Amino acid sequence: MQDTTRISDTQYLIIGSSHAGIAALEAIRLLDENGSITMVTREDSLPYSPTILPYVISGEMAPEVIHLRDQSYFDQLSINFRSGSAVTCINLDEKWVELESGEKINYEKLLLATGADAAIPAFPGIESVPYQVVRTLEDALKLRDSIQTAKSAIVIGAGLIAMHTAENLAQSGLQATLIVRRQVSLFAYFDGAAARMIEHIFSDHGVTLATGSGVSEISAANGGCQVSLGSGKVISADLLLLAAGVRPRISYLDGSNIEVDRGILVNEKMQTSVQDVWAAGDVAQAPGFFDTGKTINATLPNASVQGRIAGMDMVKDPALKPYLGSSGLNTFNFFGHHGFSLGLATVTESTDDIEVNTVYLPSSQCYQKLVFKNNRLVGVSAINAELDPGILRELIQRQVDLADVKERFTSAPLDTGRLLMTKLWR
Amino acid sequence: MGKGYNTIAFYPDKCDGCNDCVKTCAYLHTETVEPAHSRMQIVADTIAGSYGIAQCRQCGEPRCVMDCPAKALNKDEDSGVIRWDESRCVNCQLCTLACSYAGITASPITHKVMKCDHCDGDPGCVKACKPGALEYVTAADIYNKWGELEDLFVPGLSACLGCNSELLIRHSLRRIGPNTVVATPPGCIPGVGTVGVNGLTGTKTPVFHPLLTNTASMLAGARRYYNRIGRDVTMLALAGDGGTADVGFQSLSGAAERGEQMIYICVDNEGYMNTGVQRSSTTPFGAWTSTTPVGANLRGKTRDSKYLPVIMLMHNCEYVATASTAFMEDYYAKLDKALQASKKGMAYIHVFSPCPTGWRFPPNQLIEIGRKAVEANLVPLWEYSLEKGELDFTHPIDNPLPVKAFLSLIGKYRHLNENEIDHIQKTSDRRIEILTSFQRQKA
Repeated sequence: MQDTTRISDTQYLIIGSSHAGIAALEAIRLLDENGSITMVTREDSLPYSPTILPYVISGEMAPEVIHLRDQSYFDQLSINFRSGSAVTCINLDEKWVELESGEKINYEKLLLATGADAAIPAFPGIESVPYQVVRTLEDALKLRDSIQTAKSAIVIGAGLIAMHTAENLAQSGLQATLIVRRQVSLFAYFDGAAARMIEHIFSDHGVTLATGSGVSEISAANGGCQVSLGSGKVISADLLLLAAGVRPRISYLDGSNIEVDRGILVNEKMQTSVQDVWAAGDVAQAPGFFDTGKTINATLPNASVQGRIAGMDMVKDPALKPYLGSSGLNTFNFFGHHGFSLGLATVTESTDDIEVNTVYLPSSQCYQKLVFKNNRLVGVSAINAELDPGILRELIQRQVDLADVKERFTSAPLDTGRLLMTKLWR
Repeated sequence: MGKGYNTIAFYPDKCDGCNDCVKTCAYLHTETVEPAHSRMQIVADTIAGSYGIAQCRQCGEPRCVMDCPAKALNKDEDSGVIRWDESRCVNCQLCTLACSYAGITASPITHKVMKCDHCDGDPGCVKACKPGALEYVTAADIYNKWGELEDLFVPGLSACLGCNSELLIRHSLRRIGPNTVVATPPGCIPGVGTVGVNGLTGTKTPVFHPLLTNTASMLAGARRYYNRIGRDVTMLALAGDGGTADVGFQSLSGAAERGEQMIYICVDNEGYMNTGVQRSSTTPFGAWTSTTPVGANLRGKTRDSKYLPVIMLMHNCEYVATASTAFMEDYYAKLDKALQASKKGMAYIHVFSPCPTGWRFPPNQLIEIGRKAVEANLVPLWEYSLEKGELDFTHPIDNPLPVKAFLSLIGKYRHLNENEIDHIQKTSDRRIEILTSFQRQKA
């Protein structure tokens, strides 16, 4: 063990200050008014949500006003909030963590809510080219500055972050090209027809889509970058953005015996394999709602629910209900259009027990898909459809048997959904 | 202690689907009556012919606030209303995914989210609702106002499950305050621990245990002593119906006639519940008790109950009121007046007090039974002040429920036949007639 400059003790230690960490903190304070709580984050700022970053890039939100909580909030709740405090080393047996500064913090109960980093695919040549990602405020500010001078950009990725970033770039006047390895983008959230409708809207707003071909090589060119695709096509641009998904940030756990797979494995109370250690949010690999195994759905709603459950379990809150399991919970707004995707939303074919109901109105750019399994709603994807996503989420999570109302529900999901709400969980 | 907030309540039974609330909401927020602009919607079940509501519940632990990445939604600590800050909103609509109640929705017209703001404490939908299906419930004020006052009763007590007396004692003492001497004659109230054991009292005020016969006269003497030494101390009797209407009536009647300064609260559970559910003079007609059994020859009490509040009114008390713990706002208002009146003379409050053990109903039905009794006009809520010389109904019932709606919830009335129920209905109607005459007749 190396020498430490300072040692402090805390009852509850929360690593990470975004949605999962804050939800946990509030759940703890609700029951334990006086227990010492320390929240540490590697970020140099007050808490913020990664979800807000595209709006920082676009300039819609000034970085000074994005904070989820301010210092007076932490003072009021007697929380020792420590920004700029990355954890470098952790000893789960002796129950302490070490910060970059060398300071050691002894804890009684620990929550790991360290989130995820951008995934960097091993493209040939990637190490020789400057690229950017969108994960932290620092990343967002860097990108916001570079788009002032750049004329063109390439975004590699097919998810919501990739699409949102491409939109930001196009709206800032850059020539933006989106490279998608598969035939169609957003495959995790929308089926082909819906994704194509979205892609059309992107094209109409000046985003070039290069789908159906993976990256074969990346190289530096003319002060920017040049990307060669498997198809033989070569695209060059001033900026290169990587938005190919996220990976849980768990490297600080190297050498510990905590069980990890892709993320930190947790049970339905967000407990890890180690006593007195919980994990929540993008870093946690939790029971899935549909999956039999443990899965990661790195979204804000999953993070806040998981954080709350972890906090409740840390204070032994008798009101704790075990985690229902994570599933896709996404909203997506682009160029003034609104979409969302819940659960198993990409199924296209009806089978024995699966029923797919799709309404597609190209003229009004409206798309709505309801997926049922054994008469229970299991997935919804929608674009510009007037629906209550929260009620549909509740119908999925409650596994409400819709056999008696399915016709009514599919023909008028907004009204019927509200009606079911007033009867089932008002 | 957490804070209580005002809330908008919806009574589906009263809604006729006129949608005036929706149009008013739209108008107040956008100056159009376009329903799509409304922050609340009435949900019609066209098949069942019933209505529901989709409106923000102003949740205590709001998921919309928790899931907002821009901190554009915040729960106002003063009003409890969840405020939407348009200037911070990035329109990600994660709030619409977080809310399970369609309480925050994306407008199909503006494509921005919108939600109920309680019209800053004066909700237009409530005012627009003619059938009374929407109500702006301000009872939280009581909680905030009196919740801060000290609970003057012991934390542990030995009442039956669902006993009305605990609620009553705690609230009454909170309001009347520590500058009080409490008298509790034999009955359930001392029995559950009010007087205390082993030299310790069950209240944080002086408390004593008079005989069943002399509660009012002992309090009268104590008050006169305090008056003589120049201290203004409130005298409070917490007595059962036996100790008030039967055995203790002589001393009460005398004290009331003399205008002795005290608050006398009769906790009327319609019988001697503490000693084994015997009949008292306030036990209603037809009720089963252990001394008015139901069998081959007998069918419960054969006589109507004595309606003591009017008898007390005729004593020229400073203040007489009836009350129910199902209507706490009403009760608190009456305690305020009683406290003032007791500085001049007798303030008498007759509290209707359902008893799960003696009446045979599930403990969780206590408040519902109290409410139904009022709504069926069996327990009319009224007050009379000598100064005003007029009886006022404090919770007038325009369309009373049939008495059966109340009787059918309670075991002690289970045997009643239609004729007997009809008799109770007629007795109740007659009582309202009598009370109404006091309402008109100026003293």
